[in-house]
Amino acid sequence: MSAATSEAWQQIYARNGHRRWILLGLAAGLVTLFVLSLLVGRYPAPGFISWQRISQDELARLLVLNLRLPRLLTALLLGSSLSAAGTVFQMLFGNPLVEPGFLGVSQGAAFGAALCIVFLGGSAVLIQGMAALFACAGLGLSYLLARRIRYGGWVLRLVLAGIAVSALFSAGLGVLKYMADPLRQLPEITFWLLGGLSALTWPRFLSILPATAVGLLVLLLFRWRLNVLALSEETAFSMGAAPTPERLVMLIAAVLPTAAVISVAGMVGWVGLIMPHIARRLFGSDTRYTLPAAMLLGGLFAILCDDLSRTVLAGEIPLGILTSLLGAVVFVGLMTSPRAKATR
Amino acid sequence: MTTPLMTFQEVVFGYNRRGRPVIDGLDLALLQGSITAILGPNGAGKTTLLYLTLGWLRPWSGKITLAGQPLAGFSRRALGQEIALIPQNETHRFEHTVLEYVLLGRAPYLPPLGMPTRTDETIALQALERVGIPYLYNQSILEISGGERQLVLAARALAQEPQLLLSDEPTSHLDLSNKFRLVNILKGLREQGATILMTTHEPDIALAVSDYAILMAKGRVLAAGPTQQVITGETLSQVYQVPVRIVPVEGKSQVLWM
Repeated sequence: MSAATSEAWQQIYARNGHRRWILLGLAAGLVTLFVLSLLVGRYPAPGFISWQRISQDELARLLVLNLRLPRLLTALLLGSSLSAAGTVFQMLFGNPLVEPGFLGVSQGAAFGAALCIVFLGGSAVLIQGMAALFACAGLGLSYLLARRIRYGGWVLRLVLAGIAVSALFSAGLGVLKYMADPLRQLPEITFWLLGGLSALTWPRFLSILPATAVGLLVLLLFRWRLNVLALSEETAFSMGAAPTPERLVMLIAAVLPTAAVISVAGMVGWVGLIMPHIARRLFGSDTRYTLPAAMLLGGLFAILCDDLSRTVLAGEIPLGILTSLLGAVVFVGLMTSPRAKATR
Repeated sequence: MTTPLMTFQEVVFGYNRRGRPVIDGLDLALLQGSITAILGPNGAGKTTLLYLTLGWLRPWSGKITLAGQPLAGFSRRALGQEIALIPQNETHRFEHTVLEYVLLGRAPYLPPLGMPTRTDETIALQALERVGIPYLYNQSILEISGGERQLVLAARALAQEPQLLLSDEPTSHLDLSNKFRLVNILKGLREQGATILMTTHEPDIALAVSDYAILMAKGRVLAAGPTQQVITGETLSQVYQVPVRIVPVEGKSQVLWM
């Protein structure tokens, strides 16, 4: 091997090692943040709760174990699911502006939730069920429509179908908002649309765990393959892949967790759009690293935003507002930083 | 004596069942260790022929064989290990490094859930060396020149360690120096035993590198055989409907037109 190659080797080892260390660092940061978040809150006073208090105060223990823990775990799932799905969608659709809910999933969920609030009452479980149902309906409709569209390739057809189905549901949502009782139902719809994890309990967390766990596991296992599936169809085929069925598996594995977390948390914007960008800034585009990085970053970000949403004011700040606000700031900061690429 | 690596017998293919076939009763053989160039006007079916060879398109009727076996009998992964494609151009939207990109060529050797190993990375680096750009390995695919990108695609195909290399218009976006480089790379690969099937719009390139040439028009083969016999002033004039002459200059054949 030539001198150039052995030099290349040293650099490749160094870079791969480097990326692993950053991933480990992110994971460690996530664990630390998780533990700290478990202790932070507004009981008994704004600030951190002490171990001593947890061991002595029954109420404090219940609060930490039955309210904060499921809520934090859900925030973790929310952030990592949306970010992983966003990474997958952006790669498969070859479009960095795509976010995971765009195949009719977000708008479908919103429509389902509003439908429930207007006609079936505001029970949290019922809203979640309807949102999940219509999220899946949105995806199914998009897929069926894409199969009938006679224009463009597979990717373009799905995008077009997703846009059409989303528009349909958002029109329906408009009708429901118009019909809703402006004093009782309309605020509830608006609040759901802003997103949040305030009513999170163990059963609700457990209800989304299977779908998210399975989806995320599949995505993690396929994470290198995603690079190949992002190529044009005939090129992916020439490398021994079966582009259409494999992409479908990836899409379903990305959409299921998305639909699940949207159904409990409402519209939490920006996470799925920008976390993949930040992950690519830090790790490059190889999804072997970008996908786990996006999941860790998403988890960190969602937990951080949720902490702020429940601690800063005595009342909750809707999570969607915080993710958009903080997300935009972080995003602009990272994209304009001249040092952003030095880590790669 | 060279043996055919791939044969086409009476192959018929079209994109629309109700329409006219694009490839109509095609017979041909690709000899092991040779470079074959497909020439013909736009719409002659050159790229379609390439995709049939790849197994991406399936013929309506007729037989295609690879190493004596029916092409349809190969699994996708086996095909990926035997045949590699250098596409004409590829849209790059994300900033993979050159090495990460070339590493994708190892996909046919990995199970769907697999990750490339150090061996795969070595093979990818060697592929980059073979096309003469190992120093680019850590550059972003978006930051290198168009000519270098074409070489990266070639390296990715080489990382597949294929028997047969398909190349769609390998020189169409290249400047003179990169054309020269690519021609030499193709010749070098032939020396190492590779079989290459390429489409081209440039009779010069076909004359410079190919052993055999296939002249196509409207889905049919007009002439096929050793390049010097196939690419002549008469055949080119007939296919492209413009007066073409081929003149020997300094021991090489030059194509004159206009």
